[in-house]
Amino acid sequence: MFETIKLYYHKFGTPKFFYELTSKMLPWLIGFTVVLLIPGVILGLGFAPMDEEQGHSYRIMFIHVPAASVAMSAYVMMAVAGAVGLIWKMKMAEIVAKCCAPIGASFALLCLLTGSIWGKPTWGTWWVWDARLTSMLVLLFLFMGVVALNNAFESAQSAAKATALLSIVGVVNLPIIKYSVEWWNTLHQPASIKLTEGASMPAEMLTPLLMCIFGFYFLFSVLVVVASRAEVLEREQRSKWVKQLVMVE
Amino acid sequence: MEPVYPPLRQGLLAIFKRDLIIAFRQRSDLVNPVFFFIMVITLFPLGVGPEPEILSRIGPGVLWIAALLSTLLSVDSLFRQDYDDGSLEVLLLSPQPLFIIVLGKIMAHWCITTVPLILVSPLLGVMLFLDTETIKVLIVTLLLGTPVLSMISAIGAALTVGLRKGGVLIAVIALPLYVPVLIFGTSAVEAASMSLAFSGQLAYLAALAIFSITLAPFAIAAGLRISVSG
Repeated sequence: MFETIKLYYHKFGTPKFFYELTSKMLPWLIGFTVVLLIPGVILGLGFAPMDEEQGHSYRIMFIHVPAASVAMSAYVMMAVAGAVGLIWKMKMAEIVAKCCAPIGASFALLCLLTGSIWGKPTWGTWWVWDARLTSMLVLLFLFMGVVALNNAFESAQSAAKATALLSIVGVVNLPIIKYSVEWWNTLHQPASIKLTEGASMPAEMLTPLLMCIFGFYFLFSVLVVVASRAEVLEREQRSKWVKQLVMVE
Repeated sequence: MEPVYPPLRQGLLAIFKRDLIIAFRQRSDLVNPVFFFIMVITLFPLGVGPEPEILSRIGPGVLWIAALLSTLLSVDSLFRQDYDDGSLEVLLLSPQPLFIIVLGKIMAHWCITTVPLILVSPLLGVMLFLDTETIKVLIVTLLLGTPVLSMISAIGAALTVGLRKGGVLIAVIALPLYVPVLIFGTSAVEAASMSLAFSGQLAYLAALAIFSITLAPFAIAAGLRISVSG
């Protein structure tokens, strides 16, 4: 059992095997994204019942909530992949960690933008120093730091190690930042404004939301895989299999 | 025969003393962070107006942000000189564990750059119309909070020491991580200025300080190894 895991781990860690495996996986991932995301968005934006308090403006949640969820997961994934790369010197983990950063940052930005568009009709302002908004903004800054550090290095190897360390430090700090921001918010602002809690949601809303969330996760995986494949080709451009691949195509 | 190494405490003190001596031979570098701190705070009354009500309201935040910026500004020099003249590589090769050396360097750096800030902060507090009680709490929060800031920014400095463009990059890396310290530091001072209880915030700050002093040296040491060996 352990031996098979080890074998697959080493296999998966080699760029060539990763490239070949993802060539087979990619159509499936794209398929799942399309099957979940398009009906999910259509159902959510077009057919889900209107919210009693917020009217139609709540519908942005079908984009906003999945983006927020993916952005946070992307940071953790980046840190885990970075740690794997740092500890076991796994090449593919370094590549995946590198590709997570800009994509995760985009999702965080999408979450902030949609939140701000939703805030205008609901709260009357584009921006409120709400705890969740602020911690998402800090998350975006953390992503930007990782991206900036990655771009600053000339050698890809030191860049991977340095960003891995930074993202591990960030992941340790993430809960502290999150809770301190929440604590700061309760101190500064009375509970006049609260995001509606989605605990009691009718099934007609919950189903498209869940579809969108899973669809966004598949979309994220597609983006990371595509970006990693491009990175693999660039890094391995001198190796035999890449030359063969390019010649054939 | 096994070589006998000096105890950790001795290594820590040796590096601490060395850095202090080097710093006191370049006195101009010592006063620059303090002047920066004073100047930033002077800009605020000029920018937002000299009314005592406004200044005493924003005073704690202004002092904290100025302290935060000046630690950020001075931290680039923490490993830079040692990296340039090669002594950092010697330190990396020494039989003492690297986190002890790092801890000694940061302690020295904190004494050189941050203690003067804390010493002038009561004066600036008076200029921003904070009352005596508030200023006392401000000093305590700065004493507890600035070591955390030094530790966090040292991680950034360690990761960027091998790069030519250090300064802004450290800020981009370290500023988001400063958020908890800033929140607890300023809210303790604000609570004190409204004569509310503030021991909770101080406890949080102390916890952050212990947490970062214990763990950050390992991250900094790893960062230095990455920067030096590539």
